[in-house]
Amino acid sequence: MTPRHPLHLTVLLAVAVGGALGACARYGLTTWFEQGPGFPWTTFAVNVSGSFLLALLPGIPAVRRQPLLPPLLGTGVLGGYTTLSAWSEESRALVADGSAGLAALYVAGTLAACLAAVALADRWSTPDARHEFEDEEGDL
Amino acid sequence: MTLLLVALGAAVGAPLRYVAAHLLDGRLHHGTILVNVVGSLLLGIFSGLALGDHAMALLGVGFCGALTTYSAFAVQAHDRGPRLGAATVLLTAVPALGLCALGFWLGAQL
Repeated sequence: MTPRHPLHLTVLLAVAVGGALGACARYGLTTWFEQGPGFPWTTFAVNVSGSFLLALLPGIPAVRRQPLLPPLLGTGVLGGYTTLSAWSEESRALVADGSAGLAALYVAGTLAACLAAVALADRWSTPDARHEFEDEEGDL
Repeated sequence: MTLLLVALGAAVGAPLRYVAAHLLDGRLHHGTILVNVVGSLLLGIFSGLALGDHAMALLGVGFCGALTTYSAFAVQAHDRGPRLGAATVLLTAVPALGLCALGFWLGAQL
């Protein structure tokens, strides 16, 4: 909810390091599974898997014991791993290529799949754990 | 080399997202919504400019990629209940997609 703590340099650094690692993982996957024309499967898989993993974190005791781990792993690694800007740009490119139907499918499909992944992962955590995890700034 | 540029861009983009969310998020996650929309606009501009591979790795894949986040967006949209969740989705997706297209058009003019 509203921030209760001041900005800490260690948290900022943890998010920077985690974000760099996550972005490199995303870049590695997109070069490994090179995207051809059509549905952007790699970004889709990255965003769905990242959303699932982020929603799993509040239920993992080992993550919750160290105050730096939620921002490092959630806000940093998984925030850097998933991306909304590529989703926007890929959708625009599909429309520009005359595939408006596929763009609509991609936009709605990513949203639906990511929300479903979060709903599934939420079965392994309690609402209390999720609120605490948010206060620990793990999912920003 | 390319990987290093991606890491460098992300090491700036991710903490910027954190600061925006830390300062602006409330019952509605204004900070996260803002970075997702701004990052989409910027990536549209960079794509329209047809940046070279190295610049794109640094600014597009690294910076914009890590400035924006789908995982926090999905978790926030899901866990806030139907009303705030729908608001989060609409306030993020509509301007992000629209401004990305506008940004591409702008970039392509330059």
